[in-house]
Amino acid sequence: MLYRENGQFKTSYAADQQIFPIAQDRIAIGLVLLVAFVVMPLAGSEYLFRAVLIPFMILALAALGLNILVGYCGQISLGTGAFMAVGAYAAYNFLVRIDGMPLIVAMLLGGLSATVVGVLFGIPSLRIKGLYLAVATLAAQFFTDWAFLRVSWFTNNSTSGSVSVAGLNVFGLPIESPVAKYLFCLTVVCVFALAAKNLTRSATGRQWMAIRDMDVAAAVIGIRPVYAKLTAFAVSSFIVGVAGVLWAFVHLGAWEPAAFSIDRSFQLLFMVIIGGLGSIMGAFFGAAFIVVLPIILDQVPHWFGIPLSTATTSHLVHMIFGALIVFFLIAEPHGLAKLWSIGKQKLRLWPFPH
Amino acid sequence: MGFFLETLFGGLMAGMLYSLIALGFVLIYKASGVFNFAQGAMVLFAALAMARFAEWIPKWLGFDNLVVANLLAFVVAMALMVVLAWLIERLCLSRLVNQEGITLLMATLGISYFLDGLGQTLFGNDIYSINVGMPKDPAMILEGTFEGGLLISKEDLVAALISAALVLALALFFQKTATGRALRAVADDHQAAQSIGIPLNRIWVIVWSVAGFAALVAGIIWGSKLGVQFSLSLVALKALPVVILGGLTSVPGAILGGLIIGVGEKLSEIYLGSFFGGGIEIWFAYVLALGFLLVRPQGLFGEKIIDRV
Repeated sequence: MLYRENGQFKTSYAADQQIFPIAQDRIAIGLVLLVAFVVMPLAGSEYLFRAVLIPFMILALAALGLNILVGYCGQISLGTGAFMAVGAYAAYNFLVRIDGMPLIVAMLLGGLSATVVGVLFGIPSLRIKGLYLAVATLAAQFFTDWAFLRVSWFTNNSTSGSVSVAGLNVFGLPIESPVAKYLFCLTVVCVFALAAKNLTRSATGRQWMAIRDMDVAAAVIGIRPVYAKLTAFAVSSFIVGVAGVLWAFVHLGAWEPAAFSIDRSFQLLFMVIIGGLGSIMGAFFGAAFIVVLPIILDQVPHWFGIPLSTATTSHLVHMIFGALIVFFLIAEPHGLAKLWSIGKQKLRLWPFPH
Repeated sequence: MGFFLETLFGGLMAGMLYSLIALGFVLIYKASGVFNFAQGAMVLFAALAMARFAEWIPKWLGFDNLVVANLLAFVVAMALMVVLAWLIERLCLSRLVNQEGITLLMATLGISYFLDGLGQTLFGNDIYSINVGMPKDPAMILEGTFEGGLLISKEDLVAALISAALVLALALFFQKTATGRALRAVADDHQAAQSIGIPLNRIWVIVWSVAGFAALVAGIIWGSKLGVQFSLSLVALKALPVVILGGLTSVPGAILGGLIIGVGEKLSEIYLGSFFGGGIEIWFAYVLALGFLLVRPQGLFGEKIIDRV
């Protein structure tokens, strides 16, 4: 009743091509942004920022990057953690070794370094695909794990192997308090989400999807697989690299290679699949699901007053997690984003489905 | 020279164990086209079951005989793996028929998370030992040929023999029995196999059971060597480069791939490791597989991948 588009005529190309063609969608997204930028910083508690919102934002950004590769271009990657690590360590080195390096520039340079590594490990994708590619990206994962642990140059010869950054600021504004960190992440995420959305609607994005749907056919109609696949790897690892910088600098502050282990890669892949392959919105749904679920599962026994040891809880979380993933794949292989769009379709006709 | 040979033998033995895990991958991939990420979790689960039942059964029944306890534990653990295979088929795979490869891969990742959690909830999360009476003392051989002889772990030797026997048994099972023929038919073409009356569901249960059996054997051998602990399920990731090297669809490929990776890892660690600052065992296998993929994507014995529009 409230959500329908009749009466909303598009009278120009610009109106036809906007991201949210329905006025109600625009209002909804405006409200979400309002809540995110204004209400949350005023109302949120420190725990909410530290444990939920900041990890959610950063992982959503990483999932977004991965979704470009897996969801839009159909190239599976198990090395997302590695590209995050490359971004984080590269940005760290730029920040530490060059005096007066601004955070934003270091972050973008970190992203660019991740791009270079991503394209390098993406080269095998020109010959191989699917599971074979998964192993190639696994190679990236284990190689970077090792490199950042053993090659002391990357960690600026830190004796403990762990590195840290302090005194972050953007344009003179310190990023120390949880609210400031949150707002910084939120801004970066919004910028990249918009850029990614537009990129996927562009010629490049359509090339990726053509390659994903059938690469041989795409090549036949004149899409260069080399170009399409490598741009997907480049864009994806850039975003993932930036997410890595945020994760290390803003969320962790001090980190070691274990922060970007294979578990992180799997976690991000789960987000993309559960959220919905080939959907920008899906990355956010997936990240929300995977960040919030363990926290809830952690709390549930306490509500019922069942004392469980930490180990048992973590195993139970593992089990429920695994079961839910399987359940989701069976119930809705296209993820939460598909459920969302089904819901919207239903809503358009509600309450008179005729 | 003696040192080189010792390293070589060490690598071969480690490689045999990788092959055992890789075998599970190949079996399931061949028969159902599912790339089973949960194989590592199955190895951990089977090993945990084996270790704990070998401890519990004598307590419950009140006897004290290592051999009987181990045998009973083996039977119980195997039964558990069959039940598991049946459940996986019933609850998961049969509902995901005709889905894309990536969906199935994700499903097995989910299963692997589930099994990791379940195994440690049921059986505890300490480090357990499996004692199946493997000889622990090292042996010297060829003392006449080399000065000082060659030091070889008897345990590794027994493990390698068991692996070889398992591979032989599986090869016979696949080639000579009716079920094995049915499995190969399903591997070739699901629809054709079904149309001549091969029950797909039952075949999948069998294949997952056989993979469970391979996981159990691998788990026992790894477990008695290193102790049963969570890291066991990570060893299984090493099986990925092995199957890539050998070819996803080839049983001999899994064996040879495992041996190459095992030997390559040990030799490179010793002879190249110092150039890189050590610890290159972690990634050597993957980078080797990566390099191999660029030259020969289908692996040593895999079927050539042909694209058609």
